Amino acid sequence: MNKISLIIKREYLSRVKKKTFVVMTILGPLLMASLFVVPFLIQNLGDEEKTIDVVDETRMFIGKFEDSEDITFNYLDQSIEEAKKNFEARGNDALLYIPETKLSVPEKAIIYSDKQPGINVKSSISNVMENEIEGMKLQASGIDKEMLKSIKTDVNLTTMKLKEGGSEEKTFTEVSMGVGFVLALIIYFFIFMFGAQVMRGVIEEKTNRIVEVIVSSVKPFQLMMGKIVGVAMVGLTQVLLWVVLTLSIVSVVQVAFPDTFSMDQGKGQMETTSQLIGSQSSKVQEKMAQVEESDMGNKVMEIIGSINFASIIGSFIFFFLGGYLLYAALFAAIGGAVDNETDTQQFMLPITVPLIFAIIAAQVVVQNPNGSLSFWLSIIPFTSPVIMMIRIPFGVPYFDLILSAVLLILGFLATTWLAGKIYRTGILMYGSKVDYKTLLKWVRYGS
Amino acid sequence: MSLFQVSNVNKRYVNHTALSDVSITVPKQSIFGLLGPNGAGKTTLIRIINQIIAPDGGELLFNGEKLQPAHTEKIGYLPEERGLYRKMKVGEQALYLAQLKGLNKSEALRRLKYWFEHFEIQDWWDKKVEELSKGMQQKVQFIVTIIHEPPLLIFDEPFSGFDPVNANLLKDEILKLRDKGATIIFSTHNMGSVEELCDRIALINKSEKILEGRVKDIRDEYRSETFEVFYEGYTGLLKDIIPADFDILYEKEEEDHHRAKIKLPRQGKPNDLLELLISKVTLTGFHEIIPSMNDIFISKVTNKAPHEVEPKDSIAVSES
Repeated sequence: MNKISLIIKREYLSRVKKKTFVVMTILGPLLMASLFVVPFLIQNLGDEEKTIDVVDETRMFIGKFEDSEDITFNYLDQSIEEAKKNFEARGNDALLYIPETKLSVPEKAIIYSDKQPGINVKSSISNVMENEIEGMKLQASGIDKEMLKSIKTDVNLTTMKLKEGGSEEKTFTEVSMGVGFVLALIIYFFIFMFGAQVMRGVIEEKTNRIVEVIVSSVKPFQLMMGKIVGVAMVGLTQVLLWVVLTLSIVSVVQVAFPDTFSMDQGKGQMETTSQLIGSQSSKVQEKMAQVEESDMGNKVMEIIGSINFASIIGSFIFFFLGGYLLYAALFAAIGGAVDNETDTQQFMLPITVPLIFAIIAAQVVVQNPNGSLSFWLSIIPFTSPVIMMIRIPFGVPYFDLILSAVLLILGFLATTWLAGKIYRTGILMYGSKVDYKTLLKWVRYGS
Repeated sequence: MSLFQVSNVNKRYVNHTALSDVSITVPKQSIFGLLGPNGAGKTTLIRIINQIIAPDGGELLFNGEKLQPAHTEKIGYLPEERGLYRKMKVGEQALYLAQLKGLNKSEALRRLKYWFEHFEIQDWWDKKVEELSKGMQQKVQFIVTIIHEPPLLIFDEPFSGFDPVNANLLKDEILKLRDKGATIIFSTHNMGSVEELCDRIALINKSEKILEGRVKDIRDEYRSETFEVFYEGYTGLLKDIIPADFDILYEKEEEDHHRAKIKLPRQGKPNDLLELLISKVTLTGFHEIIPSMNDIFISKVTNKAPHEVEPKDSIAVSES
């Protein structure tokens, strides 16, 4: 036992002391913090005022484009050729041209500009035009615009989780989604990153020819487990440092620019997460719009309150470690079987496929977290660490959770047993080409 | 009294037998040579003694006790495939390996300090291993092998990678360790070092032990009453003067003399041969051919009598 702790200590310290670890530890939070901070900064930077000249041959939109904080409209009473010729002389940002149309309503417009106009310029112009044209069409068909507005309904759908005993709890689907997805992504990346570190560590010991010296002092299995546990602790250290540093960077920036972040903080963060989910973002934004309307502060508190932090953090650590241990053992076996990193390719495929499959399936699971695909994928040990993290924020039945946890532990024991057999034979083999058949022999006959 | 005993050990791999029914006895405070051609099973036997792999059958006794995991701390092992962590500092690494052998930190430091001073390599302590030359690394490797002062030391091809100066240094250290009470098993196919160092040897060929005993006894046993003579004369001269019960194995004219190998008849005396020759030819040289370990090794492995092995150095057996 004492020797395992020596190995763990060496594996841990040799990695934590590396320059790459320090660099990653500093860069990671900067990247993550910038995910939160940059959108606000960009919002502020985008305040640059633009002036747009308008040549409207239809004469329908004159005075309809309202000046906003960012955009000022300047109506020109000249032909488009003339306007184009004088464009540079006027020095304005863009020229909007709405050509004469033979139809009753105009359907196109052109923006001339010496640089690409921003997406918000485009969308605000087309919004105004669509609105106007819609109004004209409504008028033409005899429908009053005000009337239409009063018919339009906005339903504020609140989801409540009905708990045993009839007590209710407000749930926030979009927030659950975001939290689950981020955690699943972290697990996915860490299994790859630190699994590969285990593998490289094993290959290093083999190519440096130190492995036989060490296994004359400790059992190969102890060496393998020491390495796996040591690297796991490096991973946990990194995550912990990232969380702490990210939070402190965000709060420092928050203190430095209090105005920008006061109310928008919660919204910004959730928008960022929703962008990760992509497909669902519009829905989330709608939700956010509602959130914005109501009392922002209360809402944020309510959302935060709705997340069961204890259970999420607890299961994150469990599935993070469980998934890592399951895969790290396999990575160690590969490292033991090959002579150098280029030979690992053929064996990497069966490991990477289930993981990549899990992260792709995650997009489906997030839509239907309690469906049968979600259930099975969150039970099978090779995908459960990623998929379960998606499901957990939505609330998972205890049966599923316990079954998944038990199977993950069994799966990890099985891969470790298997890996141990391959590893202890492999590390003493040099220069022999290894294929799956050889691996099978090692497992069946031992060393 | 034997320090280590291997009885009837067997080891089969998937496609071949590595050891079949091998038994050896290593006496206390001796240097035991484990010889054999490549692939004979030496490294397998050594790994079994180190408990890196388990035998399929047979018994291993360390100092009379059944071999068990706790014994790894009483064995120092320098494998043939050896190396160190390249990115780790020399001192840190030596300390780590010493602790893995069961030394506590302060004791390990104290002993490492002694050995680093002894080899005059103190200023390597904070260097990374990759900055050292191969010979320098071997020195560090040697230190970490013996640092826990184990009663049994196992060296697998210890001299490969050493230049002659350092190889001699290593030989001296090995002899010193023996004199201080250590028992040493060392595996090699460098026969020169065997004759210099070993008290006893075992020869393994094709997974079987084919010879074991004291080096001196083995060489005596393989004396074949064969003499080499150098003389002035003509080719064919010997046939005329030597009776038929002497066996002329080899006769050749060389630059300014003739050379021949003659085997005495049963119960013949060297003096009989000398008397026959001395009256007829001018002798310039006469000596008995005592088979070298090299000859015995080759003869046992190729199944020829040692004196049939061509004159010295005809087959170079050296380390890779």
